[in-house]
Amino acid sequence: MPEREITYAEAIREALREEMRKDPSVFLIGEDIGVYGGAFGVTQGLLEEFGEERVIDTPISEAAIAGAAIGAALLGMRPVAEIMFFDFMTLCADQIVNQAAKIRFMFGGKAKVAIVVRSPAGSGTGAAGHHSGSLESWFTHVPGLKVVAPATPYDAKGLLKSAIRDDNPVIFVEHKLLYRVKGPVPEEEYVIPLGVGEVKRRGRDLTIVTYSLMVRRSLEAAEILSREGIDVEVVDVRTLRPLDEEVILESVRKTHRALVVYEPPRFGAFGAEISALITEKAFDDLDAPVMRLGGLEMPPPYNPHLERRIAPQVEDIVAACRELVS
Amino acid sequence: MLGVDEKLRMYFTMLCIRRFEEKAEELYMAGKIWGTFHLYIGEEAVATGACFALRPEDYITSTHRGHGHCIAKGADVRKMMAELMGKATGYCLGLGGSMHIADLEGGNLGATGIVGSAIPIAAGAALACKLQKNNRVVLCFFGDGAANTGAFHEAVNLAAVFRLPVVFLCENNLYAMSFPVKKAFAIPDIAERAKGYGIPGVTVDGMDVLSVYEATKEAVERARKGEGPTLIEARTYRFRGHSKSDKGVYRTKEEVRMWMERCPIKRFQEHLLGEGVPEETLKDLEKKAEELIEEAVRFAEESPELTIEEARRLVYA
Repeated sequence: MPEREITYAEAIREALREEMRKDPSVFLIGEDIGVYGGAFGVTQGLLEEFGEERVIDTPISEAAIAGAAIGAALLGMRPVAEIMFFDFMTLCADQIVNQAAKIRFMFGGKAKVAIVVRSPAGSGTGAAGHHSGSLESWFTHVPGLKVVAPATPYDAKGLLKSAIRDDNPVIFVEHKLLYRVKGPVPEEEYVIPLGVGEVKRRGRDLTIVTYSLMVRRSLEAAEILSREGIDVEVVDVRTLRPLDEEVILESVRKTHRALVVYEPPRFGAFGAEISALITEKAFDDLDAPVMRLGGLEMPPPYNPHLERRIAPQVEDIVAACRELVS
Repeated sequence: MLGVDEKLRMYFTMLCIRRFEEKAEELYMAGKIWGTFHLYIGEEAVATGACFALRPEDYITSTHRGHGHCIAKGADVRKMMAELMGKATGYCLGLGGSMHIADLEGGNLGATGIVGSAIPIAAGAALACKLQKNNRVVLCFFGDGAANTGAFHEAVNLAAVFRLPVVFLCENNLYAMSFPVKKAFAIPDIAERAKGYGIPGVTVDGMDVLSVYEATKEAVERARKGEGPTLIEARTYRFRGHSKSDKGVYRTKEEVRMWMERCPIKRFQEHLLGEGVPEETLKDLEKKAEELIEEAVRFAEESPELTIEEARRLVYA
């Protein structure tokens, strides 16, 4: 029997549905997640199955959504909040950064803030400056948070299930351009542990370290390069915090060259942390300086030709790889 | 109606708060408590009256000026003092300090250093109470300053439209740090805001513990019956500065003196004497409170501190 294929959005929905069926303390809270089914349709059909008590539509109040999730978690619930666009995370950043991340520690380890905040990030939809942000790096800088950014339907489902079961606050970064991408997802239940990366493609000549949409683009670039005799290994970190250092280092020790590809503006983003890691822990294995390919230093522009330029495209990755092995 | 025993318990709680704060101030001057903190002296009637309207299994959320809430909710003053002194026996193992004391087992969901930030958390706790059908209520303390944050608006509205079992208790002590309520609000009573959310709003004399108790009791009953939140504004006054850095340049001496004459403890004492409680009984309670706080200091001073390795293990569950 051929393996079942579903979209990234469907995979996320399945994870939500399965965890809600399994655990009555799991509920969803967010804007337009009920009848509307979420701005990107991720929660479609869940209201019908679980009712208004567990699929909770709210007014446009991001701070209250995040705060309510935290308050409910303090009483033992496992809320999954949806923030409609990742740019809107700024509106609940206090609750996430000052409360969710710190409460456990500040309260002497006696509290548990088992929340998941899901939100779609990334440019490429023509939505311009306020609906195209890739702000995940900010949250990776906060001890107490976990940050997950899956690249495939399989990973999205398995990681979200783990995120919901995790006793810590997890920022779950979804990518808008991945929602309709299909991939194999088995019918039977599985979970993927947080903090474990995966080699998505084996190769000998150089390592691309990346996550989310850039995994897909890197794999496409690797196919093109293979026709030129450049054999690229693609490491998908999957979880940004806690980071699976070993999967990165092991690959770099083998290929001796590393390119870090990421969508946020290049300066000061999470990719720089990966670069620093490789330089600190695998310096002697490197045949060339670690190279970073990040986004351009500008807010997301509306014009589609310009918008395309701000995030690394397949051809940019191909060019960077050629340069790195030359 | 409250019996005399209950009133004496209230009085004792107020005394404990006052003594705790006076002692904390003394220890701060002696360098045994550091950083900063926000004293509740003068506001004792609010926390006490409000918390006495709760059942033990109900919840509260607190503020940066939270010692009084904590004690009124039934916390162990030894663990509080240890927390202020940064000790491993404190409520937060010395990691939270004055502004982050939480007593989760006792139903205190925690103090916060970000003004207004606990209001959405209170709404969320109330949402959990509703989902868990546990018949519990959340009492959310916040100040006049917090009433002007966006978090207040979002959370009170959310609680109102979901009819959550929460009571929003605004401790209006007339100043957000130095900024007077007269300049921060274009309305005379903060409780008027309730109208905009479709919930009841009442203003009470926050220097009168019994008024606070009655108003909170009614609001708690409403909440427990599933009729939604209430906004209570308790007019009160902090006798000390905002924090330890306060030079007191924004209030007149006359104003402070006028409010200190309305001391909530003195006022309740007079009420109790009027009810026929012997003066000796009140004196005994004063002594008992004094001893309790002294014992708390001893406990805290003798307690060990956490190591950085132990602290590191507490960042993630």
